[in-house]
Amino acid sequence: MANAARPRPDMPAPQPVESTKVNDVSSDGKRAARLFGVSSEAGDQVFKFAMLLCGLAVLATLGLIVYELVLRSGPSWHAFGFKFFAARDWDPVNEKFGALPFVYGTLVSSLLALIIAVPLSIGVAVFTTEMCPPLLRGPLSFFVELLAAIPSVVYGLWAIFVMVPILSNYVEPFLSRTLGWTGFFVGPPYGISMLAAGIILAIMIVPIISSIAREVLMVVPQHQREAALALGATRWEMIRVGVLRNARAGIMGGIILGLGRALGETMAVTMVIGNRPEIAKSLFAPGYTMASVLANEFSEATGDLNLAALIEIGLALFLVTIVVNALARFLVWTVTRGQPSRSNA
Amino acid sequence: MPEREKSSALHTVPPIALRRRITDHVMTGVAVLTVILVLVPLFAIFAYLVYRGLGSINWAFLTQTPKPVGEAGGGMANAIVGSAFILGLASVLGVPLGVGAGIYLAEFGRNRFGDVIRFTADVLNGVPSIVIGIVAYSIVVLYQKHFSALAGGVALAIMMIPTITRTTEEMLLLVPQALREAAYGLGIPRWRTTLSITLRTATSGVITGIMLAFARVAGETAPLLFTAFGNQFWNLRADQPTAALPLQIFSYAISPYDEWHRQAWAGALVLIVLIVTAVAAVRYVVRRGTFGAA
Repeated sequence: MANAARPRPDMPAPQPVESTKVNDVSSDGKRAARLFGVSSEAGDQVFKFAMLLCGLAVLATLGLIVYELVLRSGPSWHAFGFKFFAARDWDPVNEKFGALPFVYGTLVSSLLALIIAVPLSIGVAVFTTEMCPPLLRGPLSFFVELLAAIPSVVYGLWAIFVMVPILSNYVEPFLSRTLGWTGFFVGPPYGISMLAAGIILAIMIVPIISSIAREVLMVVPQHQREAALALGATRWEMIRVGVLRNARAGIMGGIILGLGRALGETMAVTMVIGNRPEIAKSLFAPGYTMASVLANEFSEATGDLNLAALIEIGLALFLVTIVVNALARFLVWTVTRGQPSRSNA
Repeated sequence: MPEREKSSALHTVPPIALRRRITDHVMTGVAVLTVILVLVPLFAIFAYLVYRGLGSINWAFLTQTPKPVGEAGGGMANAIVGSAFILGLASVLGVPLGVGAGIYLAEFGRNRFGDVIRFTADVLNGVPSIVIGIVAYSIVVLYQKHFSALAGGVALAIMMIPTITRTTEEMLLLVPQALREAAYGLGIPRWRTTLSITLRTATSGVITGIMLAFARVAGETAPLLFTAFGNQFWNLRADQPTAALPLQIFSYAISPYDEWHRQAWAGALVLIVLIVTAVAAVRYVVRRGTFGAA
């Protein structure tokens, strides 16, 4: 990440020291204190307190998020209780709200994204760490990380005008011909669908999963590889037995981190999923996710209960992503702990 | 196994070894294929951005406000400036807090309480941006009674803080302890040491972290939907709804008009170019300015 611009502490170090004229001050601490104008005791206390306030602001922000979400989703919680997440109708006119279609849409689109993205990301990570010529390694990681820098709305734009037409003209007809019997690929191939949301999410989470996987693969000790090769393993056997098996937990962490991103992703999904609160088995059918219903309806909520119901969806999304992210960080941490690699994404 | 036997085993290839070798080649092929499959969308996106975007960028696009539906021409000038305005507000709020929290963690936070803040920052980093939008809505918009640039700035600031905090901490920890001790030995107070020596040594890393956070929020749309809200006209007042480039791209992209689709592509190209140049420029300046003497 910051390798290129890693500070070189040896270079600027002399500057401040020179400017304080070391020799003149000699060892007289009081003179030094006078030189800086402030009694060091008081200054230090004030400084530490100010920095502590900044640290507390981070805590307070999270506290504020939880407080606001819980407070403002209250009316919906009182009106519907746990049934909120089991009811299927979303009817702002009659003030009946159920979040099941959104929960379903979020889960299905994210799982679909994982099914597509996980093999790709692991393949990319394995290729960059184990197979690729050293010369290609840098550019390749750069390109994959470039994917992470593209804003969500640009992904959505590309998906609407480039990916969706391809899906509806070629991919969906093909899938319904060959795999239509499964029931997952039936119905009119409009392109705008759960499938489109899953694919665009997959493209967006590949850089996350593959960069974590790469990091984890790189901390697998070299002697594991050498041991496998010495036993006569081919390169693939070495990777499977010596590398991937050792990195399982960390790769799992990367996958879950990708899942966390996919669950909360809003714009690109909203632009291609079709935004209909329905639960359909076919992936060609439109759907709706928790994040996209917030994006579409929040600023037009018609009443307090409607707003509260939307905020409750936000609260649920918040809690799920926190659990998912905490789990992911724990898994990555168990693998990279104690390693010299300092980069924690 | 004696050396001779082993080498002869290598030369006569029994069927089982052949299968293993084929598997090896197939898996190498699969890995190459995954790389290609991942890079194709990347190049496709950039190719389309340039292809559709370049054709649509003109002087009017960069200098005019949107025209009503049906009229040709018009541009996103107000959205470009609005984005810069909101990002400026976000930086003013987020950068000092983030750097301060990073300093606290690196210099005073080697304890349980520091771990709590560290964990909180990581959790904040994973909160979906749309949820942050809700919170900014309920703490700013509900009190002001209308959408505003400030609310957008608050939302983006909340998203910047965790990244800045963690990178600042990491960069400060890279500064050798001996440097701090040398400063203490000269009788320099701790606050002055931290600001003028530790932080200054780590400047380029800290600024890189800030730019990463900046680039991350510059393209954010979701938290602005119901905070900054968008605006068809010029606005530079913090308490009024303001246009933003990502918002404009979104609303044009989902509109049914070809003219607006064209402008959405142009807007996306401008957005990407701005993000990339901002990051590249700061990295260049920082590297030259601070360490140019090397």
